[in-house]
Amino acid sequence: MEFLKVNHLKVYYPIRSGFFRRVVGHVKAVDDISFQLNRGETYGLVGESGCGKTTTGRTLIGLIKATAGEILLEGKDLAKLNRRERSYHRKDIQMIFQDPYSSLNPKKRVLDIIAEPIRNFEKLSPQEEKRKVQYLIERVGLHPDSIYKYPHEFSGGQRQRIGIARALTLHPKLIIADEPVSALDVSVQAQVLNFMKDIQTEFQLTYLFISHDLGIIRHMCDRIGIMYRGQFVEEGASQEIFNNPQHIYTKRLISAIPNVDPRKKQEQIKLRQHVEKEYKLSWQRYFNAEGKAYPLKRISDTHSVAIL
Amino acid sequence: MSNQPVLQIENLRVSFRVHDAYYAAVDGVSLNVHKNEVLAVVGESGCGKSALALSIMGLHPPAKTKLEGKILFHGTDLLSLSVHELNKIRGKDIGMIFQDPLTALNPLMTVGRQIEEGMDFHLSLSSLEKRGRTIELLERVGIPNPNQVYHRYPHELSGGMRQRIVIAMAIACHPSLIIADEPTTALDVTIQSQIMDLLRELQQQMNTGIVLITHDLGVVAEMADRVAVMYAGEIVEMADVYTLFDRPLHPYTRSLLQSIPSAQHPKERLHVIQGIVPPLQKLPRTGCRFRSRIGWIDESEHEEQPILREVEPGHFVRCICYKNFHFPHDHIGDMKYGIS
Repeated sequence: MEFLKVNHLKVYYPIRSGFFRRVVGHVKAVDDISFQLNRGETYGLVGESGCGKTTTGRTLIGLIKATAGEILLEGKDLAKLNRRERSYHRKDIQMIFQDPYSSLNPKKRVLDIIAEPIRNFEKLSPQEEKRKVQYLIERVGLHPDSIYKYPHEFSGGQRQRIGIARALTLHPKLIIADEPVSALDVSVQAQVLNFMKDIQTEFQLTYLFISHDLGIIRHMCDRIGIMYRGQFVEEGASQEIFNNPQHIYTKRLISAIPNVDPRKKQEQIKLRQHVEKEYKLSWQRYFNAEGKAYPLKRISDTHSVAIL
Repeated sequence: MSNQPVLQIENLRVSFRVHDAYYAAVDGVSLNVHKNEVLAVVGESGCGKSALALSIMGLHPPAKTKLEGKILFHGTDLLSLSVHELNKIRGKDIGMIFQDPLTALNPLMTVGRQIEEGMDFHLSLSSLEKRGRTIELLERVGIPNPNQVYHRYPHELSGGMRQRIVIAMAIACHPSLIIADEPTTALDVTIQSQIMDLLRELQQQMNTGIVLITHDLGVVAEMADRVAVMYAGEIVEMADVYTLFDRPLHPYTRSLLQSIPSAQHPKERLHVIQGIVPPLQKLPRTGCRFRSRIGWIDESEHEEQPILREVEPGHFVRCICYKNFHFPHDHIGDMKYGIS
């Protein structure tokens, strides 16, 4: 059984207009996507801003209501649970947010920030609670005394680790990380990414990793899905997609990444021009009349592409 | 490359006032930018690269800033000019491209008017000429149907389009120097590559010198001719782009290159630079400023007063600690995945 299975997920927002605010159309933020996560792997959602990757993540955790489709966590449909069951399952999915400055309440001490999920779900004595928080804060590499400090006393990387400690409190199975390092400097970014890899094995976590940075995605993810206008255009093993991209949009994304080797500069520019030409010429092969991608077609066991 | 540099910065110190004391964010920086050359200034946030860029344009609040040294633009010291004299140069001979195109544009003015505003100030052209030139500029920065976009407001355009408008404004009066402060950071990767291609193309057409401020080493590798790496207000290494990526010497440069996840050269594990960039008030002012972040290197390996030395023609490195520098042992495995 798959750990997490998403079937035909749709998130539509109504566009209302006129005197009676009648619905005149829909913004299709997520338009019929299906994918699955295996236990212990890191799955990457990639795409440019507005492609629906964040909406997908937020729908999985229940911050946004799905318009249609199923989200099966270990075989149970999260949308069909009653309130008690849902609150029970909510523990299994946690989130790491992008901006470590706005995702921690500035008026709360670190102790209260990390203990909040525990207080919601478990009944612990203050001593037990404190011990647990101290254990977690040590695990993320901060001094145990720092639980009495406030978020502003920490640097960006430290704050992001506080966010991770909070996500770990309830022993989640799935962590949704929405651009967890985009707000951080490169050296701090490396620290947080290494750390996320370390705790993944230790706590047996499955990650849904959302990012627009293909370098980070390649570093972190086993499998990836490339999103474009709310749909998948390519999906499969990360290595296969990076080495052998099939969809023109994926090729465009990959050719656009600046190469860190200055000697490859000309090569990269040529590749980019070549892909751009192909993009203009072969539009119909990859997109239908409405500019939407075709359904995914399997080209190998671990690689699917949206072509006719 | 002609001999006379467009921009010569000599021993620049930019200090900011914090609680009645001045702290230098840029501390003794000297560099040259030639015609038709892209000089990239790289470093993490807090290393002083933006403070450097803003001081060239004279955009720091004068009441809270102390500027020492020289910024020679075609031989004139910009620091000795009055605001009035400076206004004749900036926007005309020096163009500026900012990071966030939405905040750099006036939301209440049409795109065409904004581009013309600079021309009003610096050139005496009839309104017909101005309009013709604006349309031409819009075409040049790759905007489809410029006649319509001329009448649009910034919010009606996408991020990439807005950045093109900002670039059009920067090149409107044929500047000989462009300061680009993180010009692609706020953009998606496909748009970023388009903007980089555009900047490179324009630079070759107009023989402009460009100072490119960025934290992205990929952008540096693609755009720059020469690179200055800054740490804690100082240049720690400067070389042409090939030398810098082939033979990085300073521990900071090497650490930075080891810490980026790259799509082309995947690494097993990323190098983590220990500690943090110290805040302005706590910046070490003596010795090698990077030493606290490479604690495993013996103190005796550093110079007492490190200076920027030319170790091979055109390749400058500060402090002698690069000679025996190595990554800590638990990171040895990382080395073979590195690009250096």
